[in-house]
Amino acid sequence: MSILKIKDLRTSFFTPSGEVKALDGMSFSINKGEVLGIVGESGSGKSVTAYSILQILAPPGEIVSGSIKYKDRELVGAGEDVMQAIRGNKISIIFQDPMTSLNPVYTIENQLVEAIKLHTDRNDEEARERALEMLQLVGVNDPARRLRQYPYELSGGMRQRVMIAMALSCEPDILIADEPTTALDVTIQAQILDLIQDLQRKFGMTTILITHDLGVVAGMCDKIIVMYGGKIVEAGTVDQIFYNPQHEYTKGLMRSIPSKVGKNERLIPIEGSPVDLLNMPRGCSFCPRCPNAMKVCLEREADTIETEPGHRVSCWMVVKEMVEKGEAALVPEEEAKEIDNRG
Amino acid sequence: MTTAVKEHEKEEYLLEVVNLKQYFPVRVGFLKTVDLKAVDDVSFYIKKGETLGLVGESGCGKTTVGRTVLRLYKPTAGKILFRGKEINDGESLKQFRRHAAMVFQDPYSSLNPRMTVGDIIGEPLDVHKLYRTKEERESRIAKLMDLVGLSSEHATRYVHEFSGGQRQRICIARALAMNPEFIVCDEPVSALDVSIQAQIINMFEDLQKKLGLSYLFIAHDLHIVEHISDRIAVMYLGKIVETAESGELMNNPLHPYTVSLLSAIPVADPKKARARKRIILSGDVPSPLNIPSGCPFRTRCPKARAICAEKMPELKEVKKGHFVACVLH
Repeated sequence: MSILKIKDLRTSFFTPSGEVKALDGMSFSINKGEVLGIVGESGSGKSVTAYSILQILAPPGEIVSGSIKYKDRELVGAGEDVMQAIRGNKISIIFQDPMTSLNPVYTIENQLVEAIKLHTDRNDEEARERALEMLQLVGVNDPARRLRQYPYELSGGMRQRVMIAMALSCEPDILIADEPTTALDVTIQAQILDLIQDLQRKFGMTTILITHDLGVVAGMCDKIIVMYGGKIVEAGTVDQIFYNPQHEYTKGLMRSIPSKVGKNERLIPIEGSPVDLLNMPRGCSFCPRCPNAMKVCLEREADTIETEPGHRVSCWMVVKEMVEKGEAALVPEEEAKEIDNRG
Repeated sequence: MTTAVKEHEKEEYLLEVVNLKQYFPVRVGFLKTVDLKAVDDVSFYIKKGETLGLVGESGCGKTTVGRTVLRLYKPTAGKILFRGKEINDGESLKQFRRHAAMVFQDPYSSLNPRMTVGDIIGEPLDVHKLYRTKEERESRIAKLMDLVGLSSEHATRYVHEFSGGQRQRICIARALAMNPEFIVCDEPVSALDVSIQAQIINMFEDLQKKLGLSYLFIAHDLHIVEHISDRIAVMYLGKIVETAESGELMNNPLHPYTVSLLSAIPVADPKKARARKRIILSGDVPSPLNIPSGCPFRTRCPKARAICAEKMPELKEVKKGHFVACVLH
């Protein structure tokens, strides 16, 4: 059963130089207990997805249309009081940068206890006990002393553990981890990923892991969404995405991983620059960098098709292959719209 | 001293660093200062046309090594030799700086937003007065931009109009302006997206082949370092703990720190990722103000013994070209 269902979500930033469509029609759902990875380069809309779900977008960002359903409740358009009850309690987030996400002028105890008291009806004493218990759970050594300390007294890895403790202190159904280890060193990154995986299994927590590191998703996720230019270009299980990528962008990403290339071979980069969100191409947003772009790619966005159960992709190359194999037929744009409207 | 020997040495080592120490005084209270030993007794060499990779976690001193080698800091102790000649203050330093350059980590903050791209690339030429006419300067800038894959029409634009990858190309063009033989690359691709990283790495390799450059390539991503380097040195808390040819180091790591560093890197292959066992190091990197006695890694080392607390082991050659500083070897 899907615990979170997002349909045709559109989020834009209304900047002085024009509307930036950070999310341009995003749909996905996640089942209870699953670990979903969202990958893509900077500016592809990964973090905006997280912020949209929790509705913590800073102006001028705003959800334009679409639906976010948590269990059976619609979150788009829900009031601030509804969201307040959801945030932290049902859906929690760990931010990218542990250095700046804790308040420097309050002790760890202050910040943890505040979060716990806000979302549960524990009193001071109980909340403090809970904070202590959480710090122990995330592997902070000497938790009683840590509670009295200020963030500057902790290392990066410790601060990220405190953030995880805070996020999990109210036993959320869904944990969103937005690049949780990008700011950390490899050996510390391994510790934190291990911890998240451990806790995820222990509590059967649904997890959305946002990252640009394909190595991180390979080890942790059940399903992967690949984003480019505010859209999902490909989605599937980990094995489908890694061993049978369909979209040209995903293929390019897989090719550009240095560890997959021999020492004396050249790396195969994706040519060109990331998409300019203020100046989106009319057709497929990856088209200007795609080695196999066709005429239709310039003019129309590709339809999303399922190539195998659970594996969705939006690429004209894939459509073309299927037409050639006789598994699909091309429909003119107007007719396609009509069919969409009917469906 | 015969010149023949000297000539030979010159060819062997382009740059040699001997027992380099870089301490920074840090105030820890009223009137009390202690030394932060950022780099402590580090020696290495780089041959002509070679790439030496320098890896380690943040705070291990790898950036300080890069900066001290270029004499952006005055070393506390130790020698830096370029083409066999020691670099001191004065004329030898000025000469050295004409042959060495640096590419910084963050292409967003290492370029002046108020200067045009042409002026940024041309600045080293201005400083060292390497042109006679304005036309000469402009044609040199155009050539440099062409070399790094930028259109020379963009010379009049400002930095904010460029993406991260393009900005790093500008930084590289600026580094190449003096026709250097040696470039320190300090995490040149860490701030870039994966798809762009590969473009820049390929360019570094092409330029090396074309211009015979030598690199000191500093990074924390071992896969990238392995790809570009001939040899790799691993640093931990100011000391080099292991050096070897890059293939040897990746396939046969000896120091427990290198072993755990390698096992901590996420592998981008789901089946391998599920199958392998990782060594998770406990604890954090100790503060460089308070380095453990003896081997600095002993507090996190799964194989530490009592003897490790007494003395820092020397770098020993255990196999041809493979040096490791650990009591186990």
